[in-house]
Amino acid sequence: MSGAARIPPVARAIRRGDRRALARAITAVENADPSIAPVVRALYPGTGTIPLVGLCGPLGVGKSSLLSALIGALRAQGKTVGAIAVDPSSPFTGGSVLGDRIRLERRADDDGVFFRSMASRGEAGGVAATTREVARLLEAAGFDVVFVETVGSGQVDVAIREIATTNVVVLVPHLGDEVQTLKAGLFEIADVFCVNKADLPGSELAARDLAELVSLGKGRDNWAPPIVRTSTTLPLGVSELWQAIASHESFLDTYGGRLAGERRRLAAEIAGRLRDRVGKDVSERLERDPELRTLLDRVVARRTDPMSAADQLYRDWYRRR
Amino acid sequence: MARRPKSTPIRVLIAKPGLDGHDRGAKVVARALRDAGMEVIYAGLRQTPEDVVRAALEEDVDLIGLSILSGAHMALFPRILTLLKKEKAGHIPVFAGGIIPDEDARRLKKAGVRAIFGPGTTLEEIVTTARQLARGPA
Repeated sequence: MSGAARIPPVARAIRRGDRRALARAITAVENADPSIAPVVRALYPGTGTIPLVGLCGPLGVGKSSLLSALIGALRAQGKTVGAIAVDPSSPFTGGSVLGDRIRLERRADDDGVFFRSMASRGEAGGVAATTREVARLLEAAGFDVVFVETVGSGQVDVAIREIATTNVVVLVPHLGDEVQTLKAGLFEIADVFCVNKADLPGSELAARDLAELVSLGKGRDNWAPPIVRTSTTLPLGVSELWQAIASHESFLDTYGGRLAGERRRLAAEIAGRLRDRVGKDVSERLERDPELRTLLDRVVARRTDPMSAADQLYRDWYRRR
Repeated sequence: MARRPKSTPIRVLIAKPGLDGHDRGAKVVARALRDAGMEVIYAGLRQTPEDVVRAALEEDVDLIGLSILSGAHMALFPRILTLLKKEKAGHIPVFAGGIIPDEDARRLKKAGVRAIFGPGTTLEEIVTTARQLARGPA
């Protein structure tokens, strides 16, 4: 079905390394432009094999500077890098200031790096709804490693787990005592912990608190997240950070976690896509469709409740199909 | 590629080519464009013309805004326009702001800078012009 003749020219251009085609395709994906769907589909089979590295953590911990330093370290090894940096969209105007390029230090003529800023466009969780697809485009364009830097996140912005093969949680000294590290959310999604700004006092203590956390129990899948202290001003620890990421990637390959992880992420993606579509469909029908309007009226009038209404819809409307 | 539908956010690159010491003006403009619903890629200080063009192409922007105070605009702006043309991206509108004498402004406009805003321009005017440049007349 996907014979060579069927591959859209834009998909071929992206595979060839045409940077303009890639940049435009990313915009089209962000804008949910239907014309890009065949391109995304044609490129999908060649994806899912490279390290897709998440960088997440609270705002101001130095994720962008680390990203720039990691890009430098990988370029020195001859590896090519795609990078996506997500910043928040305003919930009020939809506007956004995407400021992660400021930290980027690289030669303007280096085609081994492609850096793209993305606005979160109303999506909670630290990434945009289309970040995953954009990462796939970068992979299809042939980059050896793809990074996703998330929105400066709070305790529960863990959507990056549904995208990254290795997720780095970046922290700094003095974010809180060791009990903070026990809390659910951000600390649970680390494959690698990074204590950045190690030039500041307190970074050893922060690293010890994390080591304590890691020692309290087995991590997911028997992986104990390594803890790396880094500083981009000294600089310190950047190549060690990459080594920690690479060792998690080889762990995935050695113990079969890569396929299991990909399976889990793709199941979540399919379910998420369906949830979005059905949710949007139901929201619209509740106002448009006479039968559903009546149901909504009954809920508003307290003659039935939202739970029962949802149950009824699920039974009558979707199971029937 | 066809002009994007009006419902998608305008993407604009704000950069300061050359060796300016501060970027307060550029930040004020970036914020105003953000508040107007645009996605502003803020590249900040000390950008070479090559950096600006590379960023504009990777970010696939609809518009480029340059800010300059150093006096090097007659060297840097035409270089950016030339590089854009060389990359077949001469269609991306470029506007500028900063300290630019009237005579230079006339010459830069002739060279292809679409709008130039001096001190005292209202943010409203900048936002309106930016939107028109990105989307064509309303």
